[in-house]
Amino acid sequence: MRLEFTEEEQLFREEVRAFLREKLPSDIREKVLNGFELSRADHVMWQRRLHDRGWGGLSWPKEFGGPGWNSVQLYIFEEESALAGAPRLIPFGTKMVAPVIMAFGNAAQQQRFLPKISSGEEWWCQGYSEPGAGSDLASLKTRAVLDGDHYVVNGQKTWNTLGQYADWIFCLVRTDSQAKPQSGISFLLIDMKSPGITVRPITLLDGGHEVNEIWFEDVRVPIQNRIGDENKGWTYAKFLLGHERTNIAGVGGSKRELARLKRIAAQERKNGRPLIEDPLFAAHIAQVEIDLWALEITNLRVLSAEHGSRAPGPEASILKIRGTEIGQRISELMMRAVGPYALPFRREAMAAGWQADPSHEPPGPRYAATLAAAYMNLRKLSIFGGTNEIQKNIISKMIVGL
Amino acid sequence: MNFEFSDEQQQLHDSVDRYLTERYNFDKFRAINASQSGWDKAAWAGLAELGVLAINVPVAQGGLGFGPLETLAMMGPCGRSLLLEPLLSSAVIATACLRAFADDAQAAALLTRMAEGTAIAVLAHFEPESRFEIPWVTTSAERTEAGYRLDGHKAVVMHAAAADTLLISARTAGDASAASGVTLFRVPRSAPGLTLDSYPTIDGQRAADVYLKGVEVPAGSKLGTEAAALPAIEAALDIGLAALCAEAVGVMQALVDATVMYVQTRQQFGVAIGRFQALQHRIADMLIHLEQARSMSYLAALRCTDANVTERHRALSAAKAVIGQACRFVGQQAVQLHGGMGMTDELVVSHWFKRLTAAEMMFGDSDAHLQRYAALTR
Repeated sequence: MRLEFTEEEQLFREEVRAFLREKLPSDIREKVLNGFELSRADHVMWQRRLHDRGWGGLSWPKEFGGPGWNSVQLYIFEEESALAGAPRLIPFGTKMVAPVIMAFGNAAQQQRFLPKISSGEEWWCQGYSEPGAGSDLASLKTRAVLDGDHYVVNGQKTWNTLGQYADWIFCLVRTDSQAKPQSGISFLLIDMKSPGITVRPITLLDGGHEVNEIWFEDVRVPIQNRIGDENKGWTYAKFLLGHERTNIAGVGGSKRELARLKRIAAQERKNGRPLIEDPLFAAHIAQVEIDLWALEITNLRVLSAEHGSRAPGPEASILKIRGTEIGQRISELMMRAVGPYALPFRREAMAAGWQADPSHEPPGPRYAATLAAAYMNLRKLSIFGGTNEIQKNIISKMIVGL
Repeated sequence: MNFEFSDEQQQLHDSVDRYLTERYNFDKFRAINASQSGWDKAAWAGLAELGVLAINVPVAQGGLGFGPLETLAMMGPCGRSLLLEPLLSSAVIATACLRAFADDAQAAALLTRMAEGTAIAVLAHFEPESRFEIPWVTTSAERTEAGYRLDGHKAVVMHAAAADTLLISARTAGDASAASGVTLFRVPRSAPGLTLDSYPTIDGQRAADVYLKGVEVPAGSKLGTEAAALPAIEAALDIGLAALCAEAVGVMQALVDATVMYVQTRQQFGVAIGRFQALQHRIADMLIHLEQARSMSYLAALRCTDANVTERHRALSAAKAVIGQACRFVGQQAVQLHGGMGMTDELVVSHWFKRLTAAEMMFGDSDAHLQRYAALTR
């Protein structure tokens, strides 16, 4: 039994660090470290730099142009990237649809789609949830009817993260309304420029435009954009959700945010002393740090037990619950750390550009401007990717056997 | 990284597990618990035969010369079986403490007898006012012509009555909380002036408050250098803390297993109560606590002998805080999910609950360790 990574893994970590030092632009780094919004261009440029290094596909196998990392290498990459302030990779292309295309797509689809995911030339979004199909995803109603060599798609998807930037969307659609809910679903790849698609922003509680509704009105999708067999889409969807759960604990990101919390708590004053020395606040920080440590070791245990296999098992539900709870607690503590200066809310102050302009003087410390918005935004953590309650269902069914 | 036991560690785990499953069932626990002494000499001899009393004894003293990972491997089954014998007190903590003084011929001889199971020693260190602060010692050791005279009061000394020898810390210099000035003495339990107020603890273990009134000990009973014993005491307690963490994880695993089985069997409203989502989610929460605790028991075992004291204490405090909180959650929820049956003395569940309650309170509760962690980490 040992906690340390192997020498080979340490060397890989050094390689990742060196790459990040050299290639991560300082303006993007500053945005991530201070919680400012990233633009589409920021994400695309970072994806491009990874691609140029041969890392565009992260853990993709070599046959598809990826570096063929195992799960430990992927973990190391994600941790180092988060600590360095690199953008978290937009997962919809690289981590979600790409593994489905590799496993179930045909050669033409693989050649058509995978290279542009890796290079960042095509941005993907997810068409899973609908207004009436959230946790109960199989009840989805968006219909696709075959008309010659095209499907005609009608319906509505929602919670499309960054769909306003997307070139393509992967969609679960109902192709057989007579069958059991899970048996009548197909998996389509749809060009976002297709006539009949309307993207409408949903403004979230923090004022941000992060998610959208997408409406489909007689959208024609070539049959060759269907993955696998008709009505087998649920199998591919579940496969995809399994891949969504890699790096679900977000240990590296939480470590970075914890360090930021400590920096803020060291600068804030209470009765003339640093807030971080206040016994109650120090105990809150210590508690979340300890819980993060326990989560990190649990995450390493899961990785170690996987022995390099890709899709994590039901243990990922434990990581998801604890990881999101910890992420939320850290953001809550950051907001609470700044006391009354959590209250001023200027949407424009979330942008790095506004902050960098010396003529803009925010009320209170600069680091306070984004904290309440981030706290509110991160309530999503325990809702998306399968609510934490759904995760507990999975634990009790798959691990406990109830 | 690797979270597997070595073959040898796995064998040790399996042999302790098998022995206790076969020879130390719940009825046996109840019978020993009801006895006057509260521990069983035959069971102790059985443990000696298995070699577990020799695990932490150096090879030079006839032991196996193993360490925290082997201790981790054996403590889980001991927790599950609610072992009442002084394994943690004598074979882990006192043994680890004496190991630091193995160049003392009498300490070395004592270690040999402890490995064989023919001697039991316990560390009598904490005092009524020390709470969980290790440096706090007010028991005094005055020099006499022949040696030292000890006066003081040691609080809740686990298994003191079972021991032939007490390792007693006393001040030869310094204020109550000074890091230096503490000296350790090897004192026979039968020494004149030494009295025990013995009692069972909440979990059925045995302990005593130890009173020292003018206890005369020869100079040769001093262990190591005068006034410099605190690091050895601390090191031994750290090893003991890691072992306690492993034991607690064994108890929690047993409680989660028992609770899962119970909700699958118990019928209400015409179905097994495990069909109800409120209970399913509670069990998921118990499992999450258990797995976080298990992770931290590994950390504790891997770091409890770290030469860097600050890093060692950070890891141990993190582990004990997480595990202590898990002890409380898993114990309380196991009783809750067993309903009225969880309240009875008849079911082993309440005894596991009590053992976890004690484990949370021993060697510093979660709050104490959270505070120490915060102080060491800032």
